[in-house]
Amino acid sequence: MFDFKVLTQWIDQSLRALNLPDFGVLVIELVLVGIALLAAYAILAIILIWFERKICAWFQCRLGPNRVGIFGLLQTFADTIKILLKELIPINNNDKILFYLAPFIVILSSMLSFGALPFGKGLQAIDFNIGIFYMMAVSSLGVLGVLLAGWSSNNKFSMIGAMRSGAQMVSYELSVGLSLLTMVIFAGSMQLSQIVNQQADLWFIFKGHVPALIAFLVYLIAGHAETSRGPFDLPEAESELTAGYHTEYSGIQFGFYYLAEYLNMFIIAAIATTVFLGGWQPLHIPGLDGFNHVMDYIPTPVWFLGKAFFCIFLSLWVRWTFPRLRIDQLLHLEWKYLLPLNLLNILFMALIVIFKWHF
Amino acid sequence: MGGFAAYLKSWVTGIVSLLTGLKVSIVNFFRPKVTESYPENRKTLVMPEHFKGVLTMPHNENNEHKCTACGICQMNCPNGTIKITSQTIETEDGKKKKILDTYLYNLGQCTFCNLCVLTCPSNAIVFSKDYETAIFTRSKLIMKLNNEGSRLEEKKKSASGEA
Ligand code: SF4
Ligand code: SF4
Repeated sequence: MFDFKVLTQWIDQSLRALNLPDFGVLVIELVLVGIALLAAYAILAIILIWFERKICAWFQCRLGPNRVGIFGLLQTFADTIKILLKELIPINNNDKILFYLAPFIVILSSMLSFGALPFGKGLQAIDFNIGIFYMMAVSSLGVLGVLLAGWSSNNKFSMIGAMRSGAQMVSYELSVGLSLLTMVIFAGSMQLSQIVNQQADLWFIFKGHVPALIAFLVYLIAGHAETSRGPFDLPEAESELTAGYHTEYSGIQFGFYYLAEYLNMFIIAAIATTVFLGGWQPLHIPGLDGFNHVMDYIPTPVWFLGKAFFCIFLSLWVRWTFPRLRIDQLLHLEWKYLLPLNLLNILFMALIVIFKWHF
Repeated sequence: MGGFAAYLKSWVTGIVSLLTGLKVSIVNFFRPKVTESYPENRKTLVMPEHFKGVLTMPHNENNEHKCTACGICQMNCPNGTIKITSQTIETEDGKKKKILDTYLYNLGQCTFCNLCVLTCPSNAIVFSKDYETAIFTRSKLIMKLNNEGSRLEEKKKSASGEA
C-alpha cells in the first residue's frame, strides 16, 4: 500500500530546504492543502452530478446525457460554464446581507467536513481525536444556511421550505448521531484514522454482527434524509413550494446550493464508508493471504472513492424509487421507527462489546 | 390486535413494501433502454403505423391523382389548413365538370387530426411517414399537393355501376 505520507513529507522537506521561516512553510502548505481540497471538491461535484444523471436515467430506462463528450462526460462542465455566465437577479425587499451570506454558509459547512475526511492512506488534512463528533457538528451547520436563505428571501415558499428543512434536520440528526455512536462504542475511538486502522483485517460492517448492519442501514436512511434528497426532499418539494428555500436564488448562488447538495451526499457516503466499510482499507478476508495481497495493489483512494460511490448508488436507488413523504410521515419514520430501533441497537452493541462477542 | 403487535406488524409490512419498490426499480435499471439515439439511427428508425407526418396526395405512374375537388376535406378541416381551387371545364361530350386546379396544404397550421383523410370520399389523400419536416422559411410550409399537369384518374368504364 502506498502511503501518501511519503509524498506530503517530501513536499514539506523540499519547502524547508528553501530556508523559508517555519511560518512561511506552514502558510504555503496550508494554501496547497486548501487548493487541493477545493479542486477535489469541484471535480467531485461535477463527477457526482454526471453520475446522478446517468444513474437516474438508467432507473427510468433512458440513456441519460450522451451528447457532450463520450458518454456525456463533458455535459456537467458545459452546464457549469452556463451557470457561471448566468445573471444574478437581485430581489427587492429582502435581507440583503443574509441573502448573500446564506449560500456561503451552506458551502462552508460541506467544505469544513471535507477537510477531515481520510481519502487514502496518509491523505487526510486534519486528524482530530474527536473526528466523528467534528464531522457531525460541521455537516449540520448547513441547515443554518438553509434557514437563513428561507428567512432572508422574504417569500413564503422559501420560508416554509426552510422551516421544513429545520424540522427534518433536528429529527434526523438524532438518528445519524445515534447510529454513529453505535460504531464509536464498537471502535472505542472517535478519531477517524484510528477507526480506519482498526478495520485493516475486517471491515466493521462484517465485524460488528447485526448491530453494525442495522446501524449502517439506519445511518444511510438518516443521512439520506439529512441531505434533503429523494423521498425526503420536502424542503424543496417542487409541486408545493416551487423550489423551497432556494426559490429566489439565481445563477451561481443557486449553483452553490446545487453543489452543496451533491457534496453533502458525498460526505454522508464518505462517513458511511469510513465508519462502516473500512474507509480506504482494501477488502481483507482473514485467512486468505494471497487474496489480501492482491487487494493491496489497488491504490487506497480508489478503494475509498469506490466504496463512497457504492453508498451513493444506494442512495440514488432509494431516491429514484420512492415518492416523496408527507411531513407527518417523515417525522413518524424518525421518531416511531428509526429512533427506537437505534436505541435498542446501541444497547445491543454495548452488550456485544462488554461480553466481547465480536470477532 | 394490540397496539404493540400492530406496531411490530407495521415494521414488517413497511420493510416488505419498501423492498418490493426497490426490486422494481433495480429491475428497470438493468432493462434495455428505450431512448432512440436519433441522428445515428436514422437508417433503422421506423415510425409507428399511425404516425402522421405530412399530408400527401399519391399520384400513379400516369401522373393521375384521385381528387375530385369536391372540397369535403377543406370543409372538415378544423384549422383551415386546406385550400382547394378548382376550375370548370367542358368535356368532349358536352358535360360541365369541376376539376382540381391547386390543392394547397399548410403544414404549419395542421394539427394532424386526420379528419381530412377520414372524410375524403375518394381516398385521394394520405399522411406520409416523413418526420424531418422542420425548415427555416415559413412560406415553404405551404405545399401544393397535386403535381404539375396531373389529371383526375378516370374510373374504369367497365366498372359495375356503368354496365
Ligand atoms: S389533419 Fe386535420 S388539421 Fe390537418 S389538414 Fe387534415 S383536417 Fe386539417
Ligand atoms: S382530397 Fe378528397 S375530400 Fe378533398 S377535395 Fe379531393 S376528393 Fe374531395
